[in-house]
Amino acid sequence: MRRELPLAIAFIAGVIFFIAYFIPHPPFNRFENWFSDWFAIVAAFAIWLGALNLMKISFIKVIRKKSDWLHALLIIISFVIIVVIGFYEGYRGLHANPPFSFRDPGTAFDWLYVNVYSTLSATMFALLAFFVASASYRAFRARNLEATLLLLAAFFVMLGRVPIGDVITGWLPRAYQMSQWASWIMNVLNTAGQRAIMIGIALGLVSTSLRIILGLERSYIGGD
Amino acid sequence: MKYNSVVTARFAAGWGCLLLFLLVSLFSMPVLAQEEPVTVDTESLLVVPDSLPLEYYPLPPSNVRMKDVPNDAGGSLLIEWDLSLDDYEGGKVKEYRILRGEAAEGPFEELGSTARGTASFTDNQAKRGIKLFYKIAALNYEKTNGEFLWKASSESDVAGPAVSTAQWFNLSRLNIFIGIIILCGAIIYFITAAKRGKSFYIRKIAGIEEVENAVGRATEMGRSIYYIPGISDMDDVQTLASLTILGHVSAIAAENDTRIDVPVSKSMVMVTAREVVKEAYSKVGRPDSFQEDQVRYITDDQFGYAAAVDGLFVREKPATIFLIGAFFAESLIVAETGNSIGAIQISGTAMPAQLPFFITACDYTLIGEELFAASAYLSREPKLLGSLKGQDLGKAVFLLAILIGVILESFGVPVHELFSVR
Amino acid sequence: MRARELIVSGLIILFFLACYFFSPKPMEFSRSTSVLIIFLLAAAFVYVFIRTFRGRFIGRRVVFIFVGVALVLPFFMKFPLPLQISPEVQSVYDALEKLPPHSKILASFDYDPPSAPELQPMAVAFMKYAFEHDLKIIIMGLWPQGPQQADQAIQAAFIENPDLKQKTKYGVDYVNLGFQSGYEFVILQMGQSFKSMFPADLYNTPYDSIPLLKNVSNFSNVDFSMNFSAGKPGTAEWVQIAVDRFQLPLAAGNTAVQAPMIYPYLKKGSKGKKQLIGLLGGMAGGAEFEKLTKKPAKATTYLLSQSFAHVAVVIFIIIGNVAFFREKKGKK
Repeated sequence: MRRELPLAIAFIAGVIFFIAYFIPHPPFNRFENWFSDWFAIVAAFAIWLGALNLMKISFIKVIRKKSDWLHALLIIISFVIIVVIGFYEGYRGLHANPPFSFRDPGTAFDWLYVNVYSTLSATMFALLAFFVASASYRAFRARNLEATLLLLAAFFVMLGRVPIGDVITGWLPRAYQMSQWASWIMNVLNTAGQRAIMIGIALGLVSTSLRIILGLERSYIGGD
Repeated sequence: MKYNSVVTARFAAGWGCLLLFLLVSLFSMPVLAQEEPVTVDTESLLVVPDSLPLEYYPLPPSNVRMKDVPNDAGGSLLIEWDLSLDDYEGGKVKEYRILRGEAAEGPFEELGSTARGTASFTDNQAKRGIKLFYKIAALNYEKTNGEFLWKASSESDVAGPAVSTAQWFNLSRLNIFIGIIILCGAIIYFITAAKRGKSFYIRKIAGIEEVENAVGRATEMGRSIYYIPGISDMDDVQTLASLTILGHVSAIAAENDTRIDVPVSKSMVMVTAREVVKEAYSKVGRPDSFQEDQVRYITDDQFGYAAAVDGLFVREKPATIFLIGAFFAESLIVAETGNSIGAIQISGTAMPAQLPFFITACDYTLIGEELFAASAYLSREPKLLGSLKGQDLGKAVFLLAILIGVILESFGVPVHELFSVR
Repeated sequence: MRARELIVSGLIILFFLACYFFSPKPMEFSRSTSVLIIFLLAAAFVYVFIRTFRGRFIGRRVVFIFVGVALVLPFFMKFPLPLQISPEVQSVYDALEKLPPHSKILASFDYDPPSAPELQPMAVAFMKYAFEHDLKIIIMGLWPQGPQQADQAIQAAFIENPDLKQKTKYGVDYVNLGFQSGYEFVILQMGQSFKSMFPADLYNTPYDSIPLLKNVSNFSNVDFSMNFSAGKPGTAEWVQIAVDRFQLPLAAGNTAVQAPMIYPYLKKGSKGKKQLIGLLGGMAGGAEFEKLTKKPAKATTYLLSQSFAHVAVVIFIIIGNVAFFREKKGKK
């Protein structure tokens, strides 16, 4: 039953979703919402699994002073601070007049969100600027004809997407300035390439989904 | 020799197509469409005196007709009418109000409004199976600062009854249904052929061929392997495909007694990945080597996960990194960090926006459908190979359809409607 | 981490702290200082080029330092850069211009703080334009932090133009319905009824009590919609459901990475209609929109920084190729 039950659920759910896509008549039009609601509920409960697992591993690392135990301690402290402040502000908000949410501007939770979480997230995202530069420096080499074409496309798009490209080619007629070339590469070449990849991906998705529905693909339950 | 001549022919054909495409494209620049007119909505009416001279009142619209919106679950009616004769630039009609009632005598409630010049409205709140009556009011008014100074409306005759119904088959999706039947039919046909013993050729996928070498490298260097299954949840097929490859990689790692770590971003992925890795260890006879903390949850947050993974890479310096699954903006951050520590990286994703980053930063990349082909490639199971063959046939059919469609459209035969998706 | 790296990191942090606390505010270089800095940067690039040509290759850290300098210094420069308006941005502006006053716009904020540096400037420009032209905004989000980003955009618009704060009123000129989970299913349900997805606004005011939402039941009661998106769910889902099924007029603002995926929707689809009216792509799109609204702001400033960074990357690509050919020659 351990294998058969998940396979049966996958088959039934897959067939229902397939049918529901083509049949708008109730109750088929509601299946998508029902299943997505169920998935959201299960995922919400599953978050506890992950959080408890994270805390368990972190505690063990700290207690046994394993490698990186300081990082584990930081995880525990951050987790506790956010949870405690969230509950505290929530309690305060419930009993305030007028009541407010723990997320409202002015609360300690909001301060942590704006000044710690948002800043850290933006910092991580900002790393992309540096990594794009180092990846470009390392990877865009004219090794062969295809690589050279890629290099030229990167050259045109990078300069054409900012005003400097038009400053450099300002002496050319408007239709031949760098921004127009960048636009042409993005609208024609890039769109064609994206569409081709997306068609291939879509076909792969259908094939994989069919294999899962028919029970041929069993990796998600640990294999055969 | 046969392989070389096939490669040369494919290479020539590929370059020929590319040159032809570039030549055609250079002589056609993208042309932008005109902007669409935007319907105007207005605020609610205030109560204003209605004792106005007759010349303020516009002529009413006529010929109000309704039809059930097809291919839906009921609840929608399309209302159309002939425009009022006073509907022109500078004319008396400023907008139309749509009124609905459940009896011809009323009462009527206001549903919404449309701008001058618009002769249709979709009622998306029509109760299924209930008879409804409609009339359209042409409205003339003057406003200042959003407040009405005066208004005058003329209503059409009541039209109806109309009933919205639900359909049992969405005919607008018939093209998708046929396409799916063709594709699934091809897949099932070849799976059946594989069951009967037919063998199929599958081309080399470099990224998957290198998996064993990559694991071997980690074993020789005495360092660990990191497997990152993306940041999507179990509802994404890419994650499922990634877990298939994880099973295979874990089995090789277990055989070589090399530690494999799988930090994940979603709790359900953690549970499933743990089962997959544990099963892989059991299959090669090393169930005791598996430790639960090899597969651990980090955080759901995208950049928090990227930061944690980067930190793990920099501190633990794995020899081999697998980045296989659904990735978003964090892909380059993780891949570049892996590159900076000198690890061999095998990546794979079906996110077109992230593929360029993986291709520049990783040693091997599974592009799009190669990720989904991995399970068949690794297992070499005939049924799975048959499904790949069926997928290829389906692709050939769609390519042919695109080619025929492009040629027909170029000669003015409108076939694009056949392929539109609703 | 080695001691030397710790010391260098500490010195860099101290340098920035000193700049922050002791420099005059607002810090702005004069035209001649800006030109001098550009010349010095160019000279540094030439030095690196010559070094590479002679076989002494640079490491990643040097690339990072150059990119960091190229990104940061333009914040203190005032350099007018000629900006060409792309057709997709012009389409957005023209569509907004055609809206009469009191038109209702549904604005969906589908991004979070990491994408805010790129999307927030265009969101602020859009809010300023909307309030100045008496357009009513109905805000919602398919990402949890989206509505908060919208609030921040409104506050930033009020700071940049204090008159707007006087003349706009929450509930009458704009409303924030908050976030709803469910991805594209939310859009599908909104096609029938906004209230079913948002029974109350972000501040728990019941839907029916909000003056702006009177007679707003679903997409058919909205004149225009604007989507700011950094990923999924985002513009693609809005096009596939709201535009295709409910014919909602839609324009979008996307990050530069996301924008190439959305270009296909700018083409004419079936029935000769574009699925997407226009697109503000990345920082350049935001700056072009600011230029059209005649109010250059953060996007224009950031675009200068981005321009310098792009030039730096292109120069390093050239230097990288010099290194590659030098290495190849050395091996021969």
